[in-house]
Amino acid sequence: MTALFLEVYKTVGKRKEEEGLGEATDYAVRMHHVTKTFGKVVANKNVDLELKNGEILALLGENGSGKTTLMNMLSGIYFPDHGEIEIHGTPVTIRSPRDAFDLGIGMIHQHFKLVDVMTAAENIILGLDGKTTVNRKEINKKVGELASRYGFETDPAKKIYNMAVSEKQTVEILKVLFRGADILILDEPTAVLTPQETKKLFAVLRNMKADGKSIIIITHKLNEVMAISDRVAILRKGEYIGVVETAATNQAQLTEMMVGRPISLAIDRPKRECGEERLEVIGLTCLNGEGVKTLDNVSFTTYSGEILGVAGIAGSGQKELCEAIAGLCPTIAGSVLYSGECEGENCVSRERILGLKPDEIVKKGISMAFVPEDRLGMGLVAGMDMTDNVMLRSYKNKKGFLVDRKTPKNVAEKLIEELEIVTPGVETPVGRMSGGNVQKVLLGREIALSPSVLIVAYPVRGLDINSSYRIYDLLNEQKKKGVSVIFIGEDLDVLMELSDRIMVLCGGKVSGIVDPREVTKEDIGLMMIHVEEEVPVCK
Amino acid sequence: MQVKSTQVKEPLLRMVKRDTLSPRKAWGIRGIAFLLSLITGGVLILILGHNPFLVYKAMVVGSWGSSTVIHETVKLAVPLLITAIGISFAFKMKFWNIGAEGQILVGAVAAGAFGLFTAHIFPKLPLVILMLFAGMTAGGLYGLLPAVCKAKWGTNETLFTLMLNYIALAFVKYLMNGPWKAPGSSFPKIAMLVPGARLSKVLGVHWGWILALILVVAAYIYFNKTKQGYEIAVVGESNNTARYAGINVSRVFTRTMFLSGALCGLVGMLQFAGADYTITEGTAGGVGFTAITVAWLAKMNPIGMLGVSVFIAMLERGANTIQTNFKIPASASDLLIGIILFFMLGCEFFVTYRLIFRGKEEQHA
Repeated sequence: MTALFLEVYKTVGKRKEEEGLGEATDYAVRMHHVTKTFGKVVANKNVDLELKNGEILALLGENGSGKTTLMNMLSGIYFPDHGEIEIHGTPVTIRSPRDAFDLGIGMIHQHFKLVDVMTAAENIILGLDGKTTVNRKEINKKVGELASRYGFETDPAKKIYNMAVSEKQTVEILKVLFRGADILILDEPTAVLTPQETKKLFAVLRNMKADGKSIIIITHKLNEVMAISDRVAILRKGEYIGVVETAATNQAQLTEMMVGRPISLAIDRPKRECGEERLEVIGLTCLNGEGVKTLDNVSFTTYSGEILGVAGIAGSGQKELCEAIAGLCPTIAGSVLYSGECEGENCVSRERILGLKPDEIVKKGISMAFVPEDRLGMGLVAGMDMTDNVMLRSYKNKKGFLVDRKTPKNVAEKLIEELEIVTPGVETPVGRMSGGNVQKVLLGREIALSPSVLIVAYPVRGLDINSSYRIYDLLNEQKKKGVSVIFIGEDLDVLMELSDRIMVLCGGKVSGIVDPREVTKEDIGLMMIHVEEEVPVCK
Repeated sequence: MQVKSTQVKEPLLRMVKRDTLSPRKAWGIRGIAFLLSLITGGVLILILGHNPFLVYKAMVVGSWGSSTVIHETVKLAVPLLITAIGISFAFKMKFWNIGAEGQILVGAVAAGAFGLFTAHIFPKLPLVILMLFAGMTAGGLYGLLPAVCKAKWGTNETLFTLMLNYIALAFVKYLMNGPWKAPGSSFPKIAMLVPGARLSKVLGVHWGWILALILVVAAYIYFNKTKQGYEIAVVGESNNTARYAGINVSRVFTRTMFLSGALCGLVGMLQFAGADYTITEGTAGGVGFTAITVAWLAKMNPIGMLGVSVFIAMLERGANTIQTNFKIPASASDLLIGIILFFMLGCEFFVTYRLIFRGKEEQHA
């Protein structure tokens, strides 16, 4: 009874304080009972969210739990069906991104919205009111000052198309800061960054926090949540689960709140059978459009029944390596030899597959599966349904002029069942599915080819815990079947737990192939930036 | 809280993408749009001092009232339909072929080369087949040109095909004034096709209409059931994905544009040998552009194109009738067509999106 009275008393007191003082409220943002539906889908249901002044709040949730939708309502992209939003204690209506800017809210989206042919500074001032003439020198100076204040490394006069992903992200953040935002929302900012870049970003975020900015960071990487945030708010299936102090929680508790049940975080590494040689890559060299070597004399061998991890800073030649082997990227030197499975005495002789187009490789009877980094831009057709996507790699197998949709439809239905793909049906365009499900379709299709070589590039990027572990399991299953798996990864922890061997790339060169059980993460980190006894080539 | 929430105002009007819309509702919206276009057009007619009901009736009677006018309407619909199918081949792979006009003219000229100068050598059937192949090959090659350049050097197909239209037009003018000028004629024109070589009529219209109907079915099957149709769709969605899947993108470009151009060339041949019996600057007559509207309105569906092309042919035919019957100027009847098409194209917005007015959300949710 007393406790209840106390509770009521507290609430009343708190409310009085807010109403009376307005500006002096502790909260930069308060969202109260916010609901948003898309057709029949409820993206957010009665969600409450509070962001204190000068704190970093992590918004945690699995894919499709409504994190981005909630934040889009704050930044004026969506308008809530119900609920109230208060900014610094004042109820507001945010009808457009413009309104959000006026309230000091700035969002950095997962997909950057920059004009490629303009410089960083030009992008930053784009859309701002100002004089008819642009004084580039002055703006560059201003942007430079702002950047150095928070510890960003950027060149305001650099064109966007010359920038790496992390640099583009910096420009996006600067753009928001330049407009005077004091509430920043970052949607999965680390999804595109290397461990080193992530550290840098976090340092910058801490500087901003010290400067009095309030920050919401959307993520589902638990170690990052622990590293950067003050408090964690958790969403599950569009509903608000609760908020906890980061210091008073641990990864296991957060996982349980996020997924709804406790799950193990250890990755399995089944014992590797001594396999036979599968792919031999010798002296592979690639040039990009500007004549710079993206791959430089890369040599390695893969074996059946193993997972070869490939580590390296983003843009160290991973993409080119995959595409060169898959027949999508022209090379200037080297060769790739494929040795097929031996059936008794019958060994498929070593085939040179470099320079062959994907369909020519298939014609040789070599089943090579490739899960590219760009899932919807290369691996799948976003506007087509699952059936049409499943037959993308196999439609040529049937003789004749007409396509056969029955077999792929059956495969699609089987994939939905086996991989627990969430979709209204095989007729739904894959572009409408969530990231994890899209990846399951892609990986599922490639595995359905029963490949002998499986190349996967960043297969868990942007995926939630559940989906990620499902993907690891699938890769291990393939390994047990004797498939030679090449796994291009970015999370060193995962690479070290999953791979049998790790090849480290640096500036297009192989800086070493190591056994993950015998080296530390730091060793690999060093290899990522140095090639033996050479001046560091990577920045 | 209650007091404060009055300050919080919803926007007056919001645009929300519809999730799915039942076909019945979608057609309801199109029906309403059509009615509204008739009303708006009616106001225009009233201002011109005529009775809208009588004018509309005249349009319908003028296009469907007797077998003679039905023949005329079908004659207008056939080139529109075949051209629309032709360009939809290219449009499906996001290759913006706006050069149908040129491909039609080139097809007509190639057919004319045989029709006008070898009619005395060949009997009718081989001649017609010859003209058919010549028209289709010429149109196809004319369509191939921008495709090869795009595949090889990445040229812009929109500008390229548009410019080819003018080249074809200038070439026809040159033929009219020079080498193909009809003997004994005082002004520039090309001679008429001899009656013996003209296309036979089936039910009053040259047999092109049967061919058009066959093409509707053939194109539908090609797009939806064949490997090549599937390849076109993949290339249209993403060149990268196509390469990844082992599709030879350049080959799909060239093959599809040849087909696209060939169908347009076929139209040229049909117009020459079945409708006009000669070649003029007006042989294409804007069909290549109107067909773009047809293809889009039908959302690249050949069966839809059949309906749309007949509808547009009816409007054009009807507009002709009211010009003579009511002395309505040509510009005004064109305006009437414009109004109707504007509403029909505009209503597609309401099929994809819905508008929410302030405070009306509850009823929808």
